[in-house]
Amino acid sequence: MSKIYKLKIAIPVKKVKSFASAQSLKLSEKTYVKAKKAHGILTGIGNMSLFIARIIKETFSSQFEFKEFLWQCFKIGYKSLPLIAITGAIMGVVLTIQSRPALLRFGAVTLLPGMVAVSIIREIGPVITALICAGKIGSGIGAELGSMKVTEQIDAMEVSATNPFKYLVVTRVVAVILILPILVLFADASGLVGSWVGVNIKGSVNIVLFISQAFSSINFMDFIPALIKSFFFGAVIGIVGCYNGYNAGRGTESVGIAANSAVVISSLLVIVVDMIAVQITDML
Amino acid sequence: MKNLQAGEDAYVSGGEKSQGLVLEINNLSKGFGRQEVLKNISLKLFDSENLVVLGKSGSGKSVLIKCIVRLLDPDSGTIDLLGHRMGSLNRNELDELRKKIGFLFQSGALYDSMTVKQNLEFPLRRIKKNLTEKEVKEKVNEVLENVGLSEALNKMPSQLSGGMRKRISLARTIIVDPLIMLYDEPTTGLDPVTSDEISQLIKNVQKKYKTSSLIITHDIECARTTADRIIMLYEGEVYSEGKLEDFEKSNDPNIQSFFR
Repeated sequence: MSKIYKLKIAIPVKKVKSFASAQSLKLSEKTYVKAKKAHGILTGIGNMSLFIARIIKETFSSQFEFKEFLWQCFKIGYKSLPLIAITGAIMGVVLTIQSRPALLRFGAVTLLPGMVAVSIIREIGPVITALICAGKIGSGIGAELGSMKVTEQIDAMEVSATNPFKYLVVTRVVAVILILPILVLFADASGLVGSWVGVNIKGSVNIVLFISQAFSSINFMDFIPALIKSFFFGAVIGIVGCYNGYNAGRGTESVGIAANSAVVISSLLVIVVDMIAVQITDML
Repeated sequence: MKNLQAGEDAYVSGGEKSQGLVLEINNLSKGFGRQEVLKNISLKLFDSENLVVLGKSGSGKSVLIKCIVRLLDPDSGTIDLLGHRMGSLNRNELDELRKKIGFLFQSGALYDSMTVKQNLEFPLRRIKKNLTEKEVKEKVNEVLENVGLSEALNKMPSQLSGGMRKRISLARTIIVDPLIMLYDEPTTGLDPVTSDEISQLIKNVQKKYKTSSLIITHDIECARTTADRIIMLYEGEVYSEGKLEDFEKSNDPNIQSFFR
């Protein structure tokens, strides 16, 4: 007979206090392990939902920390530009060089600028930018807030009558949401420049003709879904980074875990959001 | 609990100062999971008094001080601070009350992305919003002078030594003129000379700013320098209470282990 385990349904005391002493159930070992896993996942989802609800509430409440928000925009946006520019340009070059033989086979090499432009603007630009930002910005936020938690800086803000959630979390999340679409546009532009360079490696097309060919294949409506999903990518990166940092444990090891989790979870969620966005765009 | 002297009545009748109650804790308990950290703690802090809470590491001292400012919520018991029941305050009321409390963290908790000047201005600009730029500058210079670190104004926390960080942290708490100072292990991790300097500084701050102070420590030298009255915690409970000399004279082995 399998061993009987008692599962105590414990919901985080601070969040939902009245459930703290919930019922004990008699379960088999297998069910106990499954229930414990499910409980962990559901608790995580619940806490994340409360975190998002608090961000929305505090964003629209009074006394927005505008100065800190501007500083975060500078840190997140301006300081990411070189990385985004280089990556975008390289993606443009690589995509052009890789696509050229296939188009050449069908005698459609003049379609190359247009095809690359559609790929970059609709998909590659937003996704690559989001993944880079998940690594650079997400890990930065996770590590910074995690470190502040470990060294009691967040507690110090709390006791000096400053709302650390509003000062640290809301400003960062709003900054990432608003800055990411701008970075995506910058990555798109860099990608097209890279593509022009790629086209000119084995051919000769002047920049005016290249732009004319590229933009003949795309219209304004290609930008809209890409920009809309960029806002969601920004939200995912900001929220996941802040959630992991703000809820980091007490030891120094927690800082590494917070940074790592921020990158892994936000990168995964960027891909998931992209898949959903593509499905929705396809239906329209 | 061992009352090493007649308690606060005797202290009050000692006539050292007029005694208003600024902090009263009654039957405070706090646990984490199955571990009970604080068990029915009761204590009182009077106006302009330095009360030292002494105890070994793990006796629940830091948990106690965090419960007082509601960084942690107690499981049971009451905390009355400056006439307000802490457990019944909403966020805005709590923030208003926290403006009157200075909290020196064990680690210093300086904001490491800000310079010393920005660290000092951060609470000042938020709590005293009506100050002009000139007044802010004067206040920053004044507190830095008081802690003897005027030259550190534009340094980053990473450029400061442990003792300097503690001093700047102390300056950051006194800059908003708190009524009550809470010190969490103010001398931990410092050499004996610097520890003594910090202890003297705590004493001077109390004299100059007329604050009431609750000092959590396991450093007996710090207690000797700063204490008007001592409460000793042992295994999460108030073990004894009295004046320094009463503790020094005690034959109790648990007390003697600190004072020998």
